[in-house]
Amino acid sequence: MMFSNKVSSSVSKDATRDFLVKYGFILVTLISFGIFFSTQQTFRLSTTFFSMLKYTSVVAITGLGITLSMAVGGLDLSVGAVAGMSVTLSAMAMVVYNQPTIVAVGLVLLVGFLIGCMNAFLIVVLKIPDLLATLASMFVIQGLKLVPVNGQSVSSGMMLTNGTTAPGKFTDSFLQIDGGQLGVIPYAVLIWGLLTVLIWLFLTRTTWGRAMYAVGSNPEASLLAGIRVKRYRALAYILSSLLASISGLILASRIGQGDISAGNSLLLDSVAVALVGTSVLAMGKPNAWGTALGAFLMGVVITGLTIAGFPYYGQDVVKGSVLLLALVFSFTLSRKKARFISAT
Amino acid sequence: MNKSLEIRSIRKSFGSNEVLKGISFRIEPGEIVSLLGANGAGKSTLIKILSGAFSEFEGDIFIDGQPANINSPLQARSQGIETVHQKINEGIIAGLSVAENLLFDRIATRDISAFISPSKMVQQSKSVLRELELDWDDTILKDDVFNLGIADQQQLLLARGLSHNPSLLILDEPTSALSQVETVHLFKLIQKLRSNGVAILYVSHRLGEIDELADRLVILRDGVIQDIQKKPFNWNGALHDMLGMDTTESDVQRKERRGDVAVLEIHDAKIFRNSDPWSLDIKKGEVTGVIGLLGSGKSEFAKAVFGANKIFGGTFTLNGHEYKPKSPTDSIARGVFFISEDRGNEGILEGWNIAHTTSLPFLERISMGKFLRFDQESDLARKMIAKLKIVAQSDRSFVDSLSGGNQQKVMVGRWLMQDSKLLLLDEPFRGVDIGARREISRQIRDLVLTGSAAIIFSSDVDEILESADRILVFAEGEIHHDKYLSETSRNEIIQKMSEVA
Repeated sequence: MMFSNKVSSSVSKDATRDFLVKYGFILVTLISFGIFFSTQQTFRLSTTFFSMLKYTSVVAITGLGITLSMAVGGLDLSVGAVAGMSVTLSAMAMVVYNQPTIVAVGLVLLVGFLIGCMNAFLIVVLKIPDLLATLASMFVIQGLKLVPVNGQSVSSGMMLTNGTTAPGKFTDSFLQIDGGQLGVIPYAVLIWGLLTVLIWLFLTRTTWGRAMYAVGSNPEASLLAGIRVKRYRALAYILSSLLASISGLILASRIGQGDISAGNSLLLDSVAVALVGTSVLAMGKPNAWGTALGAFLMGVVITGLTIAGFPYYGQDVVKGSVLLLALVFSFTLSRKKARFISAT
Repeated sequence: MNKSLEIRSIRKSFGSNEVLKGISFRIEPGEIVSLLGANGAGKSTLIKILSGAFSEFEGDIFIDGQPANINSPLQARSQGIETVHQKINEGIIAGLSVAENLLFDRIATRDISAFISPSKMVQQSKSVLRELELDWDDTILKDDVFNLGIADQQQLLLARGLSHNPSLLILDEPTSALSQVETVHLFKLIQKLRSNGVAILYVSHRLGEIDELADRLVILRDGVIQDIQKKPFNWNGALHDMLGMDTTESDVQRKERRGDVAVLEIHDAKIFRNSDPWSLDIKKGEVTGVIGLLGSGKSEFAKAVFGANKIFGGTFTLNGHEYKPKSPTDSIARGVFFISEDRGNEGILEGWNIAHTTSLPFLERISMGKFLRFDQESDLARKMIAKLKIVAQSDRSFVDSLSGGNQQKVMVGRWLMQDSKLLLLDEPFRGVDIGARREISRQIRDLVLTGSAAIIFSSDVDEILESADRILVFAEGEIHHDKYLSETSRNEIIQKMSEVA
């Protein structure tokens, strides 16, 4: 009798743990949403909800890029710098060179693509470990963006070095990227949603995504299974950079000027949401919906606390705690070993 | 030092799954007891209990008649139990030198200061090696352990274990990475240890080794001891107990097949910088067995045919067409498949299920455009599971949770599900139980009947005799023997292998 009791209690314990590991993070998100929803009147407004999503979209989209680099077993540390570069570049194009929206957007995406290619070159051809290669390119990009603007933020009506006033300004259509909305949904949120669905399809439903996860799990075994490992690692970094430049466009549209400090905290935030994403539904691996939910939870907690009067300088403590909680789900509670960042 | 080991009614469960169901036996000082069992019989679990890796289990362990507490590897060691595990990676500390690895246990327990000078370290580690009669010079000892071959790493772990003067030595598949010559060396050592009164628990899949070494045989199946035999062993009965089925003679004896049409023509292949070039035809309709010691160049040759490695010269023709594989992707597209000898590092993807592992080399074939067809993928995996009789709950079971034999069936099976021209199998029977080995061997023979060719690379004579029609002996990058099974003998093959040594 005692024996059977022992077995059944340990089985139910395991079941509770498995449930926690699988749904724990979704529960945490729902509970925090519920708490803020019931205690804070402002939080209940739909405008608060959508502005929270809009605020979150930048981190979330960059996080999607991190998700891709983590899927191939690496980590792209240059995403924050790429987003910052995009802010400066779009400001330069429109304010200093008086170009239309399409040119600014095209330029930003082109440069994002080129930086991705450079990262891929460093990692795949020159064989520098992912973390180190993107750390170096992060510094280079952060420094490079300051050169054409002499280390100054670019804003309309500013004095240029040749003594004239900057001829252009942020175009109205460019400002619509972040400011505009379709019905009640801001464009930025639509872009986020669309990209999440695309990356989800890409990673889980296509041969490309499957091959990327294979490379992240065991590059040697993947190579011998005929997977073109180098090609997929390159692709991951190019896409990661492109996603970072898209979030840079949203950020630029929000700030409305070429703020040289823009994107500074983006790297850590987006790594955090992607890591949080690995614990959602006990996936144990980077995934698009997890990253989206991770970003959403961060948004809920930060917005809720801000409305409740929590000081802004304490935000990092909250973000860090959320990340820690997610890591406890992934590593401490899960019996399946979480796998990411194997390249370190 | 001479102590006996007795275990009584050892039980161990994982969740609701009872892996050991009351195991009792004794090992006397100076006795070699061999533990025989198919994958999943509970051998590894028992070894882990004795080596202190599992602290939770039922039953008692007595050393020299005294009850012993073994709850950690350190406790096991202090009671005189030393284990050399099969998985070399679990014992070798990458990034440290060979000498540091040899002395690692004592550095870890601070018997040796971490600030010992390198030259002193080399001196001390030489004394560890003396026991094994290994003669490694200072350059090797100071080198990163990563640069040692897999066989030398195995020897290193054995030397480290012996340096503690154990009264019970557990050897788990100690020869799986060793060549024939090194195996002979190891056996001499084991016999010396026996005469010194060390009790030895020897675990291996190779019956020939057990027959040569063991005094008694403990046969395990499904967590229960089926029989304990004394020398001379009744192998037919042992296999019967181990596999739980009749192993008829006809299973081992088979008809030799001879093909006539060449699939792969090799012209002037030069494996090493200083080896002579040779030419060879690999024929369809027969299984070619390549046997050679470690370093004979057989793995280099296999990987070169697969496009994963470059050799110093030579050209290939596949079914009459030029064949110059630049990558595995190329060769897979041409129908040349390869299964690595290193299942853990070059085969299995951690956390991947059977279906995903099976479809990986052929993603294009289970997709529409670039979109995966999950139904086709599951279908493929289920067919493979049925074809190779893989023991798994479903096609979504993790490959790394399967037993070694079933893991290998997945590794081999995924290539058997597609049409191939040539299948290259490097050490396909390593760490695989006899049941799985026979099944894989049978599948390969079936495959060549459909017009494919297969080459099995192995360093084990019996494996080759059991699976190949045509037998090639490789040594120093050259072919030293090329005969059909019926034209050659075990002795001749071994003689050809040792001629160069």
